[in-house]
Amino acid sequence: MESKAIFEAVKARFGDAAIELQEEGFHPPFLVVSSASVREIAFFLRDDPGMRFDSLMCLSGVDYKDRFAVAYHLHSLEVGHKIGVKAYLPRETPALPSVDPVWPAANFQEREAFDLYGIVFEGSRDLRRILLPEDWEGHPLRKDYKYPDFYHGIKV
Amino acid sequence: MSHDPAKSGPAFAAGPGSIGPEAHVMVGSADKFINWCRKSSLWYLLFATACCGIELMQTGASRYDLDRFGAVFRATPRQSDLMIIAGTITHKMAERVKRLYEQMPEPKYVISMGSCANTGGPFYKDSYCVVKGVDLIIPVDVYVPGCPPRPEALIDGIIKLQKIIEQKRNFAVKA
Repeated sequence: MESKAIFEAVKARFGDAAIELQEEGFHPPFLVVSSASVREIAFFLRDDPGMRFDSLMCLSGVDYKDRFAVAYHLHSLEVGHKIGVKAYLPRETPALPSVDPVWPAANFQEREAFDLYGIVFEGSRDLRRILLPEDWEGHPLRKDYKYPDFYHGIKV
Repeated sequence: MSHDPAKSGPAFAAGPGSIGPEAHVMVGSADKFINWCRKSSLWYLLFATACCGIELMQTGASRYDLDRFGAVFRATPRQSDLMIIAGTITHKMAERVKRLYEQMPEPKYVISMGSCANTGGPFYKDSYCVVKGVDLIIPVDVYVPGCPPRPEALIDGIIKLQKIIEQKRNFAVKA
């Protein structure tokens, strides 16, 4: 299915929750959606007979300095098409529903985005730091991150 | 076994209290003997954290054959004499490295293998998670440069460590 047709189908079903289609410079194009309805749209993209996106290839956090984003890359092994889904988040309280119930593989990648960007995935079954030590302070891939001088007495 | 002078050369003087030919006495320095024992059985800890570990495996395998120098790997720190830090050490790993080092019995030695373990290497600038040199955590005897070092370089490091061990004094010298 073409990305334009996917966008139209999501827009017909969810209305304003589908914001725009970013085609310029992206392959596959990004479907920008409102962060609050990410999970419903994810269920639709997985279960709709025309879509059947059964594989979450990648889940990434992005810091645009004025706001955050979470980008999902989806692939359908049955149909063979791909699409990106992106949700923008406010910088002060970056939070959105987890897609853990949709694709179980999302858990580790959501934990990584939480660890490095501090994005909170609501309704996740297990949201802990995954790469850094449990008692690390701050989220290092944020653009305004300040390095600590010492960690447990070792110079950073 | 009794000694038969007719069969095996000149007879030894066998006075009261003297040592017979069966005793095979060798006189030498205890330091030399102990150091020779230690340097000839450098069992190293099977431990690697990054691509240097691949070179370490290669060094231990048949082509470069580290066994020639008496160095074989052990899977536990409690049986190891030598720790080869092969790879990048992160702050999360640093505490485990220290714990493993403390579990090794004395005397123990450390070889820092490769740029990451020596100084932090490519992660020296702008890394929040990599320890900038393993010598910030544990004492290091020999540094092997390279990214990663070739097996020959690691073998050279082991030979250098053996030379260091040969110089050790194990008994207190009178002042």
